[in-house]
Amino acid sequence: MSGNEQATKILPLQDLHKAAGARFGAFAGWSMPISYPAGVMKEHLHTRAHAGLFDISHMRLFEVSGPDAAAFLGRACPLDANALDNGQSKYTLLLDEHAGILDDLIVTRLGSHRFMVVANAGNAAADEKHLKAVAKDFDCKVEPLERVFLALQGQDAKAVLVAAGIDAAHLSFMHGFEPRPGWFLTRSGYTGEDGFEIAVPVKDGAALAENLLADERVQWVGLAARDSLRLEAGLCLHGQDIDPSTDPVSAALMWAISKPVREKGAFIGAEALAKKGAQGASEKRVGLKPEGRQPVRDGVELFTENGERIGRVTSGGFGPSAEAPVAMGYVATELAKPGIRLFADVRGNRLPINVHTLPFVPHRYRKG
Amino acid sequence: MASTYFTEDHEWISVENGVATIGITDYAQEQLGDIVFVELPEKGRKLAKGEAAVVVESVKAASDVYAPVDGEIADVNDKLSSEPALVNSAATGDGWLWKMKLSNEGQLSGLMDEAAYKKLIG
Repeated sequence: MSGNEQATKILPLQDLHKAAGARFGAFAGWSMPISYPAGVMKEHLHTRAHAGLFDISHMRLFEVSGPDAAAFLGRACPLDANALDNGQSKYTLLLDEHAGILDDLIVTRLGSHRFMVVANAGNAAADEKHLKAVAKDFDCKVEPLERVFLALQGQDAKAVLVAAGIDAAHLSFMHGFEPRPGWFLTRSGYTGEDGFEIAVPVKDGAALAENLLADERVQWVGLAARDSLRLEAGLCLHGQDIDPSTDPVSAALMWAISKPVREKGAFIGAEALAKKGAQGASEKRVGLKPEGRQPVRDGVELFTENGERIGRVTSGGFGPSAEAPVAMGYVATELAKPGIRLFADVRGNRLPINVHTLPFVPHRYRKG
Repeated sequence: MASTYFTEDHEWISVENGVATIGITDYAQEQLGDIVFVELPEKGRKLAKGEAAVVVESVKAASDVYAPVDGEIADVNDKLSSEPALVNSAATGDGWLWKMKLSNEGQLSGLMDEAAYKKLIG
């Protein structure tokens, strides 16, 4: 063992989850509610039909501020932070010199010299170190925040928030603001549904959760259903679908990088990314739909009819809304076309699986 | 009269005339959550005690179910192909997994009875 293992971190709202009957499991160094007594299937479907409340306090918020904040973000990420309006959010990436994906992030502009960055739990410490190192060349500071972070997702999310006295109905998708001092709220999420993410000071967390849960349209949803929801929505999980060995070209994430940034961005990894863009990727991330009822999960290898190994599954399971098994993974670029039939090797059985468009369940983001 | 035994891996075995019907316990199905697929073995396959016989897949994960004793598969529950959720709703009844002809009935004495199993799961 490495000898530098850290104790499992406990969510500030753990007692609330316990009281709700959560089943806990370890994820990214945290003890997280995986599911509640309703079960993954019902939690997933409830989110799509009404509103699911997710505790995502394991994710890390960084406040970036200072005269050079935008320039710094344009160096750290393939992003023109100056092109963001106040209140606008953007999905972006943290790349290394080889254009490998260190993390995926959401950046929101909060002022002319102030931004909020949301990073994944598993990368929080590495991101902080990396961002602070990059920031040394700029007049700005990177400050990790201690917050309770909740996601309210689903068709009823807006109405629930308004009923709870939080007026965010004016926001459109991928926009955010600070409703109260220390609070941060965006209309975004990782389920494919309309929804919000709300970060509040730890002292306000329990009251906010209880306020939202008092609405009969809301129920707790655990990490397991969060995973099946994001997979149906075709969204990447860092550490699984994307990681430093993948790049935005092969991961089919070039949409997140605007053309001007691609062409003359000063971001780390720009040169490597331009080269990969020109050469084209040897493999591509795609959706995969097994023909039968059997789920095909991450780590499973993919083959052509002739038995040639041509890819791998990086996420897979059963999609409760798709009512079928769903997966995503990487296949050789020439086979990355919807309808191409491949075979998944599941415990020695060859199961037919088709390249499929993403998402599996249409996004229902609200523009206003 | 059938006798029912239990394993530490949360399988139940009901034995009648040298043939055992095997499934997972109610406790196990609850732990696994919503079952969406059951991978059943071929009839006639010979199994040694401890060998993986069936794979039960929930929304989140795949779990092996092991042969609690030696034997040969006499029948499988084909109903589970179209209705895997029977394992959730009737784990110890219609949600049975497979039947096997026992080749060593003496192994049954190493298994738990219901009282001992209940103590195990608390």
